[in-house]
Amino acid sequence: MRATPAPSSGPHGQLDIEGLVVRYEQTVAVSDVRLTVAPGEWLGVIGANGAGKSSLLRAVARLSAYEGAVRIGGRDTAGLSRRRFAQLVAYVPQKPELPAQMRAVDYVALGRLPHLGYFGAENPRDRLRCGELLARLSLAHMSDRPLGAMSGGELQRLVLARALAQEAPILLMDEPTSALDLGRRVEALELVDELRRERQLTVVSALHDLTLAAQFADRLVLLAGGVIVATGTPHEVLVEGALDQHFGTRVQVLQGEDGEVIVVPRRQRERTS
Amino acid sequence: MRGWRRRGEPPTPAITSAVAGVSAGTPILVAAVVLVVVAVVSTAVGPANLSLATVVGVLVSHVPLIHYHASASAVANAIVWEIRLPRVVLAGLVGSMLAAGGASYQGVFRNPLADPYLLGVAAGAGLGATIAIVTPRASFEWLPIAAFLGGAVAVSLTYLVGARTGQRSSGTSIVLAGVAVAALFTAVQTDLQQQHAADLQPVYSWILGSLATASWTDVRLILPYVVVSGAVLLAHRRLLDALRVGEEEASSLGVHPQRVRLVVVAAATLGTAAAVSVSGLIGFVGIIVPHLVRLTTNASYRVVLPVSMISGASFLILADLGARMLESPAEVPLGVVTAFVGGPFFIFVLRSRRSQQGVL
Repeated sequence: MRATPAPSSGPHGQLDIEGLVVRYEQTVAVSDVRLTVAPGEWLGVIGANGAGKSSLLRAVARLSAYEGAVRIGGRDTAGLSRRRFAQLVAYVPQKPELPAQMRAVDYVALGRLPHLGYFGAENPRDRLRCGELLARLSLAHMSDRPLGAMSGGELQRLVLARALAQEAPILLMDEPTSALDLGRRVEALELVDELRRERQLTVVSALHDLTLAAQFADRLVLLAGGVIVATGTPHEVLVEGALDQHFGTRVQVLQGEDGEVIVVPRRQRERTS
Repeated sequence: MRGWRRRGEPPTPAITSAVAGVSAGTPILVAAVVLVVVAVVSTAVGPANLSLATVVGVLVSHVPLIHYHASASAVANAIVWEIRLPRVVLAGLVGSMLAAGGASYQGVFRNPLADPYLLGVAAGAGLGATIAIVTPRASFEWLPIAAFLGGAVAVSLTYLVGARTGQRSSGTSIVLAGVAVAALFTAVQTDLQQQHAADLQPVYSWILGSLATASWTDVRLILPYVVVSGAVLLAHRRLLDALRVGEEEASSLGVHPQRVRLVVVAAATLGTAAAVSVSGLIGFVGIIVPHLVRLTTNASYRVVLPVSMISGASFLILADLGARMLESPAEVPLGVVTAFVGGPFFIFVLRSRRSQQGVL
């Protein structure tokens, strides 16, 4: 019997992004993006390097300044305190900072911070949550291990555990699996998917691997130059012409045995032998 | 799915151990027992040959609510209660504050070499003390106050300069401002010393640190600062852990890194300035003690901060025992003992333990 209830169901999980603009000095990184993500939906954000994926996610996570509005459960997040916001949105950065000496269990416990007062301390329930998450992510046996002694795959799961410890209804992930090999990549995304279904998590993730994006996301958004150029199901968005144009290379889109989309990049010129 | 625990399975027994791992009780308890032993032994050792039983008897007779009358003579009572104990208690308070300040500074600036003197406290207090000593009509009673004011002024200046230049989000500009302010204050202090060469001796002996004249008055003077500062720092131990993952990730966990840094630095500086105003500039404690604690415990500030406080007290009580006894009846400057013992010991520990890994 799992003690974890589904705290993230209810009205909070709906994410509305309205007219979002992100500027860095002279350049516009994200331009007038409008998106609605339903509770429990997985939205994949794809696009070439510099297309604005990270800028979009970072703005939604309130890590950079933006114009426009981000609403969660219909409520504008701009007025929320930082702590309250962290109860609603968990963010997995592209390159998380991992202090080599910090123990795994202490790292996961950081995720409970938004639920503690400024001077508060974890109660046994918080500790139990952390323990459960570590066990769930097959890390229970290394809870006392310093991060410097863990492998890339273990660290990836640990960062996910920290984000999940926030028990926020919305999970933002910026290239969460870039450091992992193929098997670990599928494993990590599989786990996110399982937890998403279990807790009605709303997931927004930037993903480079288009084939994986197609398999896990309910809906894809293709960004180019900070603008949404295509949105829809993976079948609708992942079409050869559009991908060729926006990724600047020849791309072949295949159908897998189960009808899933497989995206294969090709060399620009034919191989000369 | 290989490796994941499946839904519906009962939690593994490993959860219990993971949960227990969060607790910080054991190292704190061990450090506290060590402190009590060190304090009692240090009170029992001195030029006047008093037995341990006599000393413990006098100590117990002063504990409130215990009606025990020591058989010790009035002289023994005075030696233990008026001379030795205030000195031990003062050493404990100063050591605790310097260690806590060091651990906190290392946390907020994410720099293993940060110490409580980083932002100019030492230079400011040194200048304040020098002014008090060289001013003809000032009495020695003004020295702690002048030192405290000098330290506070120097750090305020550092903050003003540091906050106005460069990026506010990084602690680097503050540290650089601290270096500049310290250089300025030290220059003024050196100039004053040159002009008042006759007063060099008391200035030097204050700078090198000494608790030889410790009294309950000194204890009462710094106790409020040490208690308030220590409580504020302890309350921030979790937030110091959050800063270890960087400004941005701390922000995404609902933390205000700049606010935490300001409050922690203010508290650590206030306590440190109060401590050095009665003890002089005792070096090394703020670096050695937190790092030894990090090497022997699990490096979370939940543990490092309280254990550093307790062990800092033990460390300085022992160092002061050395200062009293090494060349008895003469006193060795306390700062010399901490550097002389602490430096090589620290190098030894760093080399023999997990020195390859990052210390923060």
